[in-house]
Amino acid sequence: MALCTECEAEVPVEPTTEVGEIIQCPDCGMDLEVVSMDPPELAPAPEEEEDWGE
Amino acid sequence: MKIGVLCSLIRKEEKLLLDEFRRRNIEFIRIDDRELILDLHHRAWDFDVILERCINHSRALHTLKYLNDCGVKTVNTYEVASTCGDKLLTTLALIRDGVPTPKVYVAYTPEAALQAIERLGYPVVLKPAVGSWGRLLSKVNDRDAAETLLEHKETLGSYHHSTYYIQEYVEKRGRDIRSFVVGDETICAIYRTSQHWITNTARGGIASNCPVTPELHEISVGAAKAVGGGIVAIDIFETPQGLTVNEVNYTMEFRNSIDTTGVDIPAKVVEYVIEVGQR
Repeated sequence: MALCTECEAEVPVEPTTEVGEIIQCPDCGMDLEVVSMDPPELAPAPEEEEDWGE
Repeated sequence: MKIGVLCSLIRKEEKLLLDEFRRRNIEFIRIDDRELILDLHHRAWDFDVILERCINHSRALHTLKYLNDCGVKTVNTYEVASTCGDKLLTTLALIRDGVPTPKVYVAYTPEAALQAIERLGYPVVLKPAVGSWGRLLSKVNDRDAAETLLEHKETLGSYHHSTYYIQEYVEKRGRDIRSFVVGDETICAIYRTSQHWITNTARGGIASNCPVTPELHEISVGAAKAVGGGIVAIDIFETPQGLTVNEVNYTMEFRNSIDTTGVDIPAKVVEYVIEVGQR
């Protein structure tokens, strides 16, 4: 579990989650980036940039 | 073998690729482009191959150029990223190699762009030369729309929106094809179906399996070779005159295409990366 940076709800973080993955807060819907797994820690996901893509 | 994976945010695709490396007990080092400090005078990089999976085109482009200049093998190469990252360069590469692709005019001023649009005939599609996920594509149906759009682009756009890439509109009857090329093989393809003229799955297009016919394989590999080879995804229109290549993507997304096609795309990618590392 980690805390949502927006609403402070507890967000489940699966053990297989990668640092850098984007997950969503189940309470407020905020996109969050997993910045650490030991311990699980979240940060607001970056905003989409103009040169993002495939 | 020492393998690097250059990335930042982990999309579903990166997660599948990292899982595939682990499943095969292949060690890799993640290189987060957000933490990189490139000493351009430092040339010794101890990697057999680096898989590029950046979400930012500009970071991919510059890092790949640096790594390739240092003699590091990358998938894809700087050449591929550079060509695919710019629609104008992609179109030029396709034309050079005789790969069918829709007619395109390029202009640098709104006045010339308007003339080019009228010469091509409505409707046309106006695209930023650099961009992805169907962002800022415009279908221009008439002169009123053209004038308004060109004024907006001139006023609001950053400098690279002043290269006007104007493509003939291809009536695709609600779907196009995305094929996936790894090396010399077209590993699979999907139809992308949408009521909207933009069929990107990132914009809601629905994926379904598309059989890889000899014609589809030929044009897909031809397009891949034109941009420099490697691992690419080709967007293709079906027309009464045959298949024609719209765009080529060099950091392909494939999350919707594994179950749809039954092809283990991450496995194919990882196998290719290992093969490149062993060359």
